[in-house]
Amino acid sequence: MTIVSNAAPDIVRQPSNVVLFFRYLRRNKGLAVGVLILVALTLFTVIGMFVVNPKHAYPLAAALKQPPSLKYPFGTDFFGRNLLVAMVIGMWQTALIGLLAGGIGTLVGVVLGFTSAYFGGWIDSVIRTVCQILTPIPVLLIQVVVAGSLDKRDVTIFTMAIIVAMLAWMGPTLVVRAQVMTMKERQFVSVAKLSGVSDMGIIFKEILPNLLPFIAASFVGQVFGAVFASFYLAVLGLGPLREPLLGNLIWAAQSQGAFFNGWWWWPLIPAFAMILILGALALVNMGLDELANPRVRRTE
Amino acid sequence: MNVKVIVKRLLFFVLVVWAASTIVFFVPRLSTRNAIRERFGELARSGGFSPGDIEKLIESMNKSFGLDKPLLEQYWQYLNNIVHLDFGYSLSKYPSTVTEVIAQALPWTIGLLLVTTVLSFVIGTLLGAVSAWPRAPGWLRGIATPFILLTGVPPVIMGILLVFFIGFRLQWLPLGGAYSPGVVPTWSWPFFFDLMQHQVLPALSLILGSVGGWVLSMRGMGITIQGEDYVNYAEHKGLSAGRIFRDYYLRNALLPQVTGLALALGTVITSAVVVEGLFGLPGIGTALNLAIRANDFPVIYGIVIFITLAIALLMLILEFVYPLLDPRIRDS
Repeated sequence: MTIVSNAAPDIVRQPSNVVLFFRYLRRNKGLAVGVLILVALTLFTVIGMFVVNPKHAYPLAAALKQPPSLKYPFGTDFFGRNLLVAMVIGMWQTALIGLLAGGIGTLVGVVLGFTSAYFGGWIDSVIRTVCQILTPIPVLLIQVVVAGSLDKRDVTIFTMAIIVAMLAWMGPTLVVRAQVMTMKERQFVSVAKLSGVSDMGIIFKEILPNLLPFIAASFVGQVFGAVFASFYLAVLGLGPLREPLLGNLIWAAQSQGAFFNGWWWWPLIPAFAMILILGALALVNMGLDELANPRVRRTE
Repeated sequence: MNVKVIVKRLLFFVLVVWAASTIVFFVPRLSTRNAIRERFGELARSGGFSPGDIEKLIESMNKSFGLDKPLLEQYWQYLNNIVHLDFGYSLSKYPSTVTEVIAQALPWTIGLLLVTTVLSFVIGTLLGAVSAWPRAPGWLRGIATPFILLTGVPPVIMGILLVFFIGFRLQWLPLGGAYSPGVVPTWSWPFFFDLMQHQVLPALSLILGSVGGWVLSMRGMGITIQGEDYVNYAEHKGLSAGRIFRDYYLRNALLPQVTGLALALGTVITSAVVVEGLFGLPGIGTALNLAIRANDFPVIYGIVIFITLAIALLMLILEFVYPLLDPRIRDS
């Protein structure tokens, strides 16, 4: 860095990481907006969890079918759920499913992708072929079969997350595999190998740190996919029916003919909540893609 | 394309269908839930059967469905049936077979899917291409932006919003159903008009929910292609802008777009299925919805395998379309 100034060199400092982060956000506006919405939603849920009584999110806790008012800002539904409280709990549960399923999917994907790319040979062909064969199968429908074969009492937030994660590891596996393939040919890996670093050492100390942006982008993509999939399952009536999961509310509203009966707020409020969640995740995902992929960044 | 490639593609098609069928066969057998017992349990509660009769009935049902045979034999029989597109009988619409249930619902779904997929793919691809084309007028490039913002919104939610604003608030279009209640389906213009009116909102929610994705991917491709040497060369040769746009720019960006279509088929079809359920159109989605509500497992499994089969078949067809689009594949 060449700085032309009369000031003493110790005054000129590199801006701190936080400042750099904010500067980057100013350039990458989509990421900034996405992060902002996610932070707002998190605040809504976390503060909500402390303020409200979670019992009000379950049936028969409030007056039935009340339109939005001062007492019930989001109204109440046919079964007497306070929809404001249902939003707080529902978003918390949606986040739980998303993070859990996204985390499991990404973890399995990273492990399989590394194994496949680093060791190669028949392991690689088996993993790759399995991924390729499973990819065209419509995941949601297999999830419908799995969720449908469960006893209704066994369907909880956690089983939902497991069901969603079970078929969501193929994407990350292929992405990580492709990245490791290119990375293991780089010189720093050869140097590490020549200096006698073990396989595990190379994987964890040399390759993994360089992959982190890709893994982060893939994780957000997985969370998006998991929220999406669990939402669809719940809209089809395969979710944990008692819980105020956003998709469940829409399923219930639809089965009671909410629009025909004029209870417009009932399906509309969870729909808007879902738009905020998925929209924010999509923005963050695109933003991270740009961060991870300098090629996309250059073209903007 | 040589014989080896064709055989490989066909093998892949068979493997995909086999994998889906195998999952659908084994997953329900891992669970403790017994479809037949549940179904008869419901019957026993509504009509006065004695428990002993029920046990006998269940036993005879198990025998007629072949559930008393060893698992491997059942599996073999099941695969055999799938090859013949025989998914057994529907439990809730007995004596209809699953294939009949699917066949009845299929025209609705195909109609909706075909129109919406073609429209959103064409509109999205053109908008994406234009939005990345530096010589396009500003207002034309601006059109793409709202669609990109809609990318994160699933078609079902788009459907709910459309029903609220256009169906409920403005009352321009019906809230759901295939045609107005009380109308008898006939081959007449008024009925056709009524039918189409009910299709507008579902179609619109599918199109609006998926156009953004095509815009985004096409724009990405378009931006990459602009920097390519052959586009610069064409410009310096003095070719007209329209010619460059059509033959150099669009043509090259189209291939990855078609590949994207093949990969997105699963999402496209499942979205349509859920949207159909939302609007209560009598297609595959509603059949699936009803089957889930009635615990009609043969129909659920049949629909899942059938849709996988359809997707794998469409991917196979697209594989054979690539060489028509790309001479490089044709020659190699």
